[in-house]
Amino acid sequence: MGLALIPRGEVSRLRNVVTPLLAFAVAIAIAALVLLFMRKSLSTALEVYIIEPLTSSWGLQEVILKATPLTLIAVGLIVAIRANRWNIGAEGQYVIGGLFGGAVAIFTHGNGGFWILPAMLIVGAAAGMAYALIPAVLRNRFGISEILSSLMLVYVAELLLDYMVRGPWRDPKAFNFPKSVNFDAAATLQPIVEGFKLHWGVIIAVVMVIIFAVLLARSLFGFAVTATGEAPRAANFAGFNEKAITLAVFAVSGALAGLAGIIEVSANIGQLQPSISQGYGFTAIIVAFLGRLNPIGALVAAFSLSMLLIGSETAQVMLKLPFDMTRAFMGLLLLSVLAGEALTRYRLVWK
Amino acid sequence: MIEPVAPSVPLVSCVGLTKRYGSFTANDAVDMTVQQGEIHALLGENGAGKSTFVKMLYGLLKPDAGHIELLGKSIELADPEAARAAGIGMVFQHFSLFEELSVLENIALGTAGARADKTLADRVEKIAAEYGLKLELGRPVWTLSAGERQRIEIARCLLQNPRLIILDEPTSVLTPQESENLFASLERLSEQGAGILFISHKLEEVRRICTRATILRGGKVVGSADPRQETARSLANLMVGEGFADVRPPSEHARGTAMLEVGGLSARPDVIHGMPLNNLSLDVHSGEVVAIAGVAGNGQSELFAALSGEGGEITAGTIRIGGQDVTTASIGARRKLGAAYVPEARLGHATLPQRKLSENMVLSWHDTENIGRAMIRFDRLKQATAAIIKRFDVRAPNSDPRAAQLSGGNLQKFIVGREIERKPGLLIIDQPTWGVDARAAALIRQTIVDIAAAGTAVLVITQDLDEAFEISDRIAVISAGRLHTPLPTRQTNREAVGLLMTSHRSDHGEGEAA
Repeated sequence: MGLALIPRGEVSRLRNVVTPLLAFAVAIAIAALVLLFMRKSLSTALEVYIIEPLTSSWGLQEVILKATPLTLIAVGLIVAIRANRWNIGAEGQYVIGGLFGGAVAIFTHGNGGFWILPAMLIVGAAAGMAYALIPAVLRNRFGISEILSSLMLVYVAELLLDYMVRGPWRDPKAFNFPKSVNFDAAATLQPIVEGFKLHWGVIIAVVMVIIFAVLLARSLFGFAVTATGEAPRAANFAGFNEKAITLAVFAVSGALAGLAGIIEVSANIGQLQPSISQGYGFTAIIVAFLGRLNPIGALVAAFSLSMLLIGSETAQVMLKLPFDMTRAFMGLLLLSVLAGEALTRYRLVWK
Repeated sequence: MIEPVAPSVPLVSCVGLTKRYGSFTANDAVDMTVQQGEIHALLGENGAGKSTFVKMLYGLLKPDAGHIELLGKSIELADPEAARAAGIGMVFQHFSLFEELSVLENIALGTAGARADKTLADRVEKIAAEYGLKLELGRPVWTLSAGERQRIEIARCLLQNPRLIILDEPTSVLTPQESENLFASLERLSEQGAGILFISHKLEEVRRICTRATILRGGKVVGSADPRQETARSLANLMVGEGFADVRPPSEHARGTAMLEVGGLSARPDVIHGMPLNNLSLDVHSGEVVAIAGVAGNGQSELFAALSGEGGEITAGTIRIGGQDVTTASIGARRKLGAAYVPEARLGHATLPQRKLSENMVLSWHDTENIGRAMIRFDRLKQATAAIIKRFDVRAPNSDPRAAQLSGGNLQKFIVGREIERKPGLLIIDQPTWGVDARAAALIRQTIVDIAAAGTAVLVITQDLDEAFEISDRIAVISAGRLHTPLPTRQTNREAVGLLMTSHRSDHGEGEAA
């Protein structure tokens, strides 16, 4: 006796379209129920989570700024997941990207120069890429699960950052605060339009979405990645080298995570400090799946999740909701979408 | 074990079963009745609607119209669970077994509520004894032959006390001896009143054991017959609906230069239970078809992998294609030298099941054909796909379906066509007509003979001895990872080759059995 999943004979096209929407509605309904039980006002929640972030200039800009690193990281993760490679360590690659990209700013402090910013971005992406290649090489050489090794390298990266800002790279004039020097203007990604907060990183993220949407759909590389994920034997038959694909997808996802890290550090934080992420590397995994492993889908998903995150900041004040509640909502959303996807292919029966 | 019901009541009656996919009608008002104790053949070409029909009968598909009656009562089959509960069991063409687990554990896994314990062992042994199914319950599955594996599936099926047993291409993986054992078990089942629906392309065996046959063509029942009163040819004519041609032998043509030269090849397999290759030597010249015959699992897959460069670790010997040493070359490099490959597994090896045919073109074309460099020219691939569909008579539900949407024979025609469109100098093809209906098989064999006549060197690895004799110029037998010296097909016969296939000899390679 128990619940069982029975494959459906066939899946109608309508069901494929309706299910994700339904999943979204179910997640919102459950969240609303939870709020009701907590005796919170639903109209305030609507205001805080949806209306304000979308209608005020401040709110909209904050949503887009938060969506930027999420989108960048998720696009890279999509490439890896399509090849059936599990890079769970994007958070670590993000931190390493910020750390090494930030190092360029620290060592050129006071010098100026137009080349500093491009150098930071390149070094950040390269550092993230190199860091992501560690689990890829371990997998290729020794058959070590990339899931575990990439995840554990996150903690190594975080501790390395912590050590650097408390030790060698600490600003001597910062009264012993664990932080680096403040970056020069030459090391800061500038706003696209004077007076607004949106910076050039937003454009970079959108460009990456377009590039990878085209690469995945049209290029031989994208085909090789997808083939490796869907049917490794057929990919081998085509002559696509599985180990090379593993290296490539980790390199891509690490580089994009590293790029996200240095963009965030340069544009928004302006210095190195013990924590430079808000779990973007992990949240981006949710973004990738919510976006149904499609870069453009990820852009939409990153925007939605980022709205939820911005709303949660206000919600902490207005509704006295702990931040963990928002995390629970994000998990709820992902679970609903995944369950919905499973239920399009299987029927749930009690027997 | 089967509850007695008046034997005059039909076991299963299907009335007007209809299934449509969009505008395509896969089954059009199919009526069929299986009596108790009858071995009933379901015949038809690939795409005739056999799979659709059987899936409705086993609860995997819901009919759009019509209904199914079991012993006179109308039943609704929501899923395979319901079908099994109603007494309908099925043995699939492809087995779903865990290699590392024992026979008994596999049976327990496939049986709701069962554990691999003494109780189950007793039940299985009772059934096995009753129906003559030889099973060693403690042995791990990886040590078993295809026939032994099939008996596990049959035992699993019989544990459900089925009234109707559906067998899909049950003999495609069996040796003649194993097939005979299967037939004996089926006859015993039918004597006890169970109905058997037997799907096969092998018309001779249908004539041998079936007492009734229903023939499907284009989704409709076009006739029924008593196979014992028919010839294989008359049955084939009913299936195909028009004159059915034998493969035309090639006109005399010259045997050219050696395209494939294998010398002293030994290889270790990639998989744990693979067959190592031991000192194989073989030449294939342009203009000839060489067949490698043998019982499944004697090193055929490993040989294919070594020749394609897909896997296995070559420990000794050389492989040359077009005179160039390719022993360590990639499959792409070998394709550039004019080689083309058709693997045994159509889905997941030769194609990506969930991708369109035009996308599947990329797999073997990207190294040698002009389909764009970094960016794939899908427009060109669509044109090429359309040309292959037309030239090789691929019956598809739309102009560019996903690979998994095609029936086995049609997908195989596409895959063979994909390779032949590249105009290869060497074609290596593993089990060209495995699980393919007579008409598609004839087309594929004719194609092989024709391209050899046009100057391609063709190596065919096949378990079908009739096929080997029909199309090859020379036959070599593979047995336990060793290859006997090829014999000219016209100077040998089935008995001699059959002997080589089953002999466990150490004095290999002298060809004295001719």
